[in-house]
Amino acid sequence: MKNSRLAFLLLLALAGLLLLAACNKKENTEQSTSPSAAPAPAATPIDPATVGSLSGTVKYDGTAPKPAKIDMSQDPACKGANENEALIVDKGDLANVFVYVKDGVGNRTFDVPKDPVVLDQQGCRYHPHVLGVMAGQTVQIKNDDPTTHNIHPTPKDNREWNESQPPQAAPLEKNFAREEIMLPVKCNQHPWMKMYINVVKSPFYAVTDKDGKYEIKGLPPGDYTIAFVHEKLPEQDQKVTIAPKEAKTVDQTFKAGGAS
Amino acid sequence: MFGASVTSNDAGLSVPDWPTSFGYLVKVPHLVGGVRFEWSHRMVAGSLVILTLAIAAWTFFVERRSWLRKLALAALGTVVAQAILGGMTVLYLQPPAVSTAHAAVAQTFFCIAVCIAIFTGRKWVEEVPQVEHDTRRPSLFTLTLLSIFVLYVQLILGGMFRHRGMSWWPHVVHAALVAFVLTWTAIRALSVFSKIEAVRKPAIMMLSLLITQLCLGFAAFLTRVAWGKDSVQPELPMVVSTVAHVAVGALLLATTVVLAIQVWRHVPVAFAERVPGTERTPQIA
Repeated sequence: MKNSRLAFLLLLALAGLLLLAACNKKENTEQSTSPSAAPAPAATPIDPATVGSLSGTVKYDGTAPKPAKIDMSQDPACKGANENEALIVDKGDLANVFVYVKDGVGNRTFDVPKDPVVLDQQGCRYHPHVLGVMAGQTVQIKNDDPTTHNIHPTPKDNREWNESQPPQAAPLEKNFAREEIMLPVKCNQHPWMKMYINVVKSPFYAVTDKDGKYEIKGLPPGDYTIAFVHEKLPEQDQKVTIAPKEAKTVDQTFKAGGAS
Repeated sequence: MFGASVTSNDAGLSVPDWPTSFGYLVKVPHLVGGVRFEWSHRMVAGSLVILTLAIAAWTFFVERRSWLRKLALAALGTVVAQAILGGMTVLYLQPPAVSTAHAAVAQTFFCIAVCIAIFTGRKWVEEVPQVEHDTRRPSLFTLTLLSIFVLYVQLILGGMFRHRGMSWWPHVVHAALVAFVLTWTAIRALSVFSKIEAVRKPAIMMLSLLITQLCLGFAAFLTRVAWGKDSVQPELPMVVSTVAHVAVGALLLATTVVLAIQVWRHVPVAFAERVPGTERTPQIA
């Protein structure tokens, strides 16, 4: 009798543990699948005669570790460069930093571009490795490899999905409804394939090239917080003021292992 | 082990559809990358469903012990539930709770299969149990049940960590409790009932597997958490150590279940029955 009571209590505790785990996930799921807001209002007019621009170079201060080699031998169709792209530094210039206006656009709204941004799979890698897109804008995903990929974004605030794309298949067209920075995308068939999509509400963003350079055009005069986001390094923010027609240069340095 | 290799290679969603694989039930896809692990896992699982169905049917028509017929049906129910959980894992994109349940039910099925093997074995059917009553508290049988419970909790915590639903530390901290409870159980079995072979053997095996499992857990922690957290892809040492850790974990759970069954058979609990108006007299269960 004692044993059966004990067994019952143990079972009850196990069920409670599983329920707890399920509840934890449910909260996350609800957050990521809540319905989107009402239709976007018309774009706030911007006077093109007063707009300025922001450009600069992002540097990495320190010795970057040598990129790890990727073993692509599990798929003979995967050929080409096989180095990890998580930290690309060339002569101190840091590539793949997403630079965007984090704060300062106020209640302005913007038209969503009709042209899609393209994400290509080639050589079993994503091109580009870091991508910026406006919320609601189409991301066109192409497969230029002679092998099948699956595209699997794992967002926190947008809807998660996972689709297969065989060689020469028609491009997939997707969009993301909510703002989300460094949204990971991966391929479960080729586990080294990872990239990041940055979904923002304004068109004021850029990604640093291999020389660490970026440029954001068409900024209305005002005070802004500019965020520099890298997949492996802590985010760096800078406050800037753009005067009418000003072409401002804002550089940023990420220190090896942490703060700027 | 096939399932563990799928998770360890991060290949769980390499085939995005279910129950079909790239639109087909049995057509072999291009076996590259993560598809090799996921598709093989599905085929092994399918074969397992068929084999379990055969065992259930065979038991239903041949076996005279009704409880064993029910156990065979439970095995079938478990493997079907397991398949459904596997499908939910794919279709709902690996929710940690579902993937963890998939892992836990897999080991439950394994334990049921081991039990069926024991109950249908010649030794179980023909032997006259060597019985020795247990008057200690907690009884050895209670300790074996407690061992099974802490192992299940550990299984859930490990599954939640593997499926990114929880940090690693609850699994690691709870390992200390598992080690304590299982060592206590094994020492009690070996120190008091070592003359009973059916109890001694699984107790020794449980202790050996526990030590192996702790070493494998340490290796898995080093390769996956300490050294491998920034690795660009699953590397061989982390895959081997985690798959071995899952496999030995399943063996440890099954061995503990076997020990509990043998203790139940050979070391029944003696209990004191309180009868109003009379003296308390120890009775045998």
